[in-house]
Amino acid sequence: MSLNGLLLDKRSSIIKKWRDLVISTYPIDTQRFLKREKDRFSNPVGQTIAEDLEILYDQLIKDNDIDQISRSLDNIVRIRAVQDFKPSAAVGFVLALKRLIRKEIGVDTGQGETKDDMEALEERIEAAALLAFDIYAGCKKKLYELRVIEATNQVSSLLERANLKVEIPEFDPVL
Amino acid sequence: MADTPKPEELSKIDHAPPLMEGWMDVPAEIRPGIYCYGGKAKNVAAVGMPNPRDWNPADDDWKLPENWEQIIDEGMRDRLDKYRSFKLFMDICVRCGACADKCHFFIGSGDPKNMPVMRAELLRSVYRKKFTAAGKILGKIAGARKLTEEVLKEWWTYLYQCTECRRCSLFCPYGIDMAEITIMGRELTNLLGLNIDWIAGPVANCNRTGNHLGIQPHAYKDMIDFFVDEIEEVSGIRVEPDLNRKGAEILFVTPSGDVFADPGTYTAMGYLMLFHYLKAQGLDITWSTYASEGGNFGFFTSHEMAKRLNAKMYAEAKRLGVKWILGGECGHMWRVVHQYMNTWNGPADFLEEPVSPITGTKFETATGTKMVHIIEFTADLIRNNRLKLDPSRNDNLIVTYHDSCNTSRGMGFLEEPRYVIKNVCNNFYEMPPNTIREQTFCCGSGSGLNAGEDMELRMRGGLPRANAVKHVHEKYGVNMLSCICALDRAVLPTSLGYWVPEVAVTGVHEMVANALVFDGEKERTTNLRGEPLPGMEDEE
Amino acid sequence: MNFILGMVIAAIGMGPVVMIPLVGVGVLKLNFFFGVIVPYAALAIFVIGIIYRVMNWSRSPVPYRIPTTAGQEWSFPWIKSNPIDNPKNTCGVVARMIFEVLTFRSLFRHTKLEYRNTETGPKIDYEWEKWLWLAALAFHYSFLVIFLRHFRFFMEPVPGFVHLLEKLDGFMQLGLLPINGLGTPGVYLTDMLLMLAVTYLLLRRIYIPQVRYISLPADYFPLFLILTLGTTGILMRYLIRVDITAVKELAIGLFTLHPVAPEGIGVIFYVHLFCLCVLIAYFPFSKLMHMAGIFLSPTRNLANTSRMVRHVNPWNYPVKFHTYEAYENEFREHMIEAGLPVEKGLDSEPAKKAEEE
Repeated sequence: MSLNGLLLDKRSSIIKKWRDLVISTYPIDTQRFLKREKDRFSNPVGQTIAEDLEILYDQLIKDNDIDQISRSLDNIVRIRAVQDFKPSAAVGFVLALKRLIRKEIGVDTGQGETKDDMEALEERIEAAALLAFDIYAGCKKKLYELRVIEATNQVSSLLERANLKVEIPEFDPVL
Repeated sequence: MADTPKPEELSKIDHAPPLMEGWMDVPAEIRPGIYCYGGKAKNVAAVGMPNPRDWNPADDDWKLPENWEQIIDEGMRDRLDKYRSFKLFMDICVRCGACADKCHFFIGSGDPKNMPVMRAELLRSVYRKKFTAAGKILGKIAGARKLTEEVLKEWWTYLYQCTECRRCSLFCPYGIDMAEITIMGRELTNLLGLNIDWIAGPVANCNRTGNHLGIQPHAYKDMIDFFVDEIEEVSGIRVEPDLNRKGAEILFVTPSGDVFADPGTYTAMGYLMLFHYLKAQGLDITWSTYASEGGNFGFFTSHEMAKRLNAKMYAEAKRLGVKWILGGECGHMWRVVHQYMNTWNGPADFLEEPVSPITGTKFETATGTKMVHIIEFTADLIRNNRLKLDPSRNDNLIVTYHDSCNTSRGMGFLEEPRYVIKNVCNNFYEMPPNTIREQTFCCGSGSGLNAGEDMELRMRGGLPRANAVKHVHEKYGVNMLSCICALDRAVLPTSLGYWVPEVAVTGVHEMVANALVFDGEKERTTNLRGEPLPGMEDEE
Repeated sequence: MNFILGMVIAAIGMGPVVMIPLVGVGVLKLNFFFGVIVPYAALAIFVIGIIYRVMNWSRSPVPYRIPTTAGQEWSFPWIKSNPIDNPKNTCGVVARMIFEVLTFRSLFRHTKLEYRNTETGPKIDYEWEKWLWLAALAFHYSFLVIFLRHFRFFMEPVPGFVHLLEKLDGFMQLGLLPINGLGTPGVYLTDMLLMLAVTYLLLRRIYIPQVRYISLPADYFPLFLILTLGTTGILMRYLIRVDITAVKELAIGLFTLHPVAPEGIGVIFYVHLFCLCVLIAYFPFSKLMHMAGIFLSPTRNLANTSRMVRHVNPWNYPVKFHTYEAYENEFREHMIEAGLPVEKGLDSEPAKKAEEE
């Protein structure tokens, strides 16, 4: 069976293990809640993880739609960026998929077409991990930006009134 | 390279407590991004609160008074004797866990100490040790523990991770209200000078100048004048608001956030336009620079502080000789006005039972307090056909409505705002039922936690609300979240900016003013924000 | 303290509850002590304890009117209000309390909307997440029915409602006949329900991590106690027969204040009785007081009339606040300059005085 066939075969089992792995990074007392509460409005964290890991998996093993991948990564990483995680732990779950797949497939991927396929897949996962890190950094930057914007908004009209804010005058771009 | 963790370790989290360890002996961590800065000495001293000194929660030494334990002891005893709620809620919890997953901070953080029942147990455990026989004798076996400095720090950490939104109390079979316990807990921490500066600063300012930012009266007037100019630019109408005018029929009080902070400023302009529109129909209303703050950060400090700040409203109404008070769109201001004001500073026998001068409707709900919510006031106007509205001017907006915690669970103010919204805009979609009305999710930054330094905490707490907004954004293309709370207007742009940047935030009266058709107005091409109206995109 | 330790402590607490009557009656033959004195003492503690606790709560006033409003308030006649979840008057409060106490309305509240991913795309679904509510309801009502059924021991002649209850409760008799030994006498539905519900409530405490995290020995102990109470009761009914006539003699004696302690009832009855005595004596000092507490809960038992009627706080005291006068004194000059009306001009005496200060 081709690598893709195997990956499709083991799809639900790998996704479940992957999800369990991500959930296991949360406090033990809340893991059940994150897994079991199926209402996405009562449990946005758990449901985002469940839904977007599934999308990520499918995209990584076959479609490789970069927009879709970055959207799903964004959904998960955006949450983890404001929780108690170190940066490495916040995005580490992507690379963990590599390990999971090798363990789960369990066949000799050392040669031929399968080997090439495997290498290609791992490259995609690595690229996704790098993307996740970009997103993480973007989230942190966004937080600082928002902090500044909020502080400005809080006194915006005052600044304007006191002539402390300078509006860039509009001018003809033709120089 | 010894410090480099193995790949497997990287994905493991660091804060999962071992299964066999209970919660009692795990001290709280004061984490950057989560805690707010300590109240500055000058702000605490300005209102005569205890133990003013500059302190840093991240330091080991919190500079507590020598006899701090005795102060807490007496403080607790005093409050147990004064509040049946406190005593009862300390005694009757059965730890069924119904509230556990109802808190936005728990949902967003996964920290088990953010379960409302757990946050309450932090205090209950000390209560048992100090005030119950079983706790004194059996100690931990009876779920009791000694109040140590560690425990006090844990209290502080989690009391300032509760926004007093009361969502838990809705689901509790005995009505145990974590907000009530947080209020008591914060009073206790304030006895030791453990306030946060984001609360202490506004309280000190509000006390002196009448508003949170410490804006002096002439600057306040300047702001209103600025709005007058802006409104004229948009509509060609020159409104003429009154400030501190004696003999007016109605005093208008709104949170100062709307006067100074975007996008609340547009809501403030909305009020000004509505009042001007009604002037010809007989509205006689004045603003006040002295009682210029409806939002009451004292409520996040202690009942007494809240009462002191609130007292200005009636005092000013009396001084100006008005008949009744109209209140702007605000959340906890209305919790205070609705459930506390008349008890604290009433009876308001110098005022009259409020009657709308336009429609003659008597506001039966406000006969005691003599203070009417502006949404009630406007809803009544619309119902009686007194406003000429063109909702199509808001056609560029696809609107949803966020119930503020305090007006929904502290008043039951659910339909009035929806009625107004549906009359001033054509595209309105509700968020999922378990996230609105009485089950509404907090913005995540309420009760004085809207500081800058605790941004990560706020984003976590804001996730459940933003998540529902994201849903209606994706499903219906919602691009505007309306609300009737100044704090929401200040903090939701930030929260949505992080989670759903495509959705902006507005007050309901901003939309009212945009839809309001004046006699003799110039053809409007933009809304109050200066954005082109639908169909006017080319007029710029 | 972890949950295992919590349960162990609660279980250790159960030891004496079973052993004391076993030794006391089985070995020392203290029938009168365990059959008469202990029940009277427990009852006295129960009654006095509850009165004391309720009085103690009542001693603290309710300074503010703080109902949790769970529906639309009463406002305009053209807006439909929710008179039960947001009561406007005492009638509404009574209705709210009745629903709360008899149907556990708040516990029932959350309807769960679920979006399930199916092959044809996401599907909205309602998940039934009301096990806690159902178990709580089953437990409390079974307990009530079982308690009422016991009146056939206390009263002679047996009142009519007891017969009715027994009939309704025992309708399962035929259905279980094929199971040997359970067929006779009639199986009571409530016996099964009570045991099932209590077992569920115990298991969820152990199984659900959030609930496990917050559980204390004081949460396990009453469950163990009730399980033992139920088990001994069921044993007596189906397996280890006791002398019912003697039991009734004792019960009626207690009930009519002419206590007797007949011989030869069987020690298991005394274990059953002692469990009950411990339960009711423990009641006033435990979380079981929620039964009385719910009636006093200010977020539930007050009408949402806060803006209509002034709620009086008995310890309300005047506070010093920043007066308008002080405010004007500080900012008078600026106010005049900005054209804001002031009470006193710059040249007035009080203004000058304030200036000097």
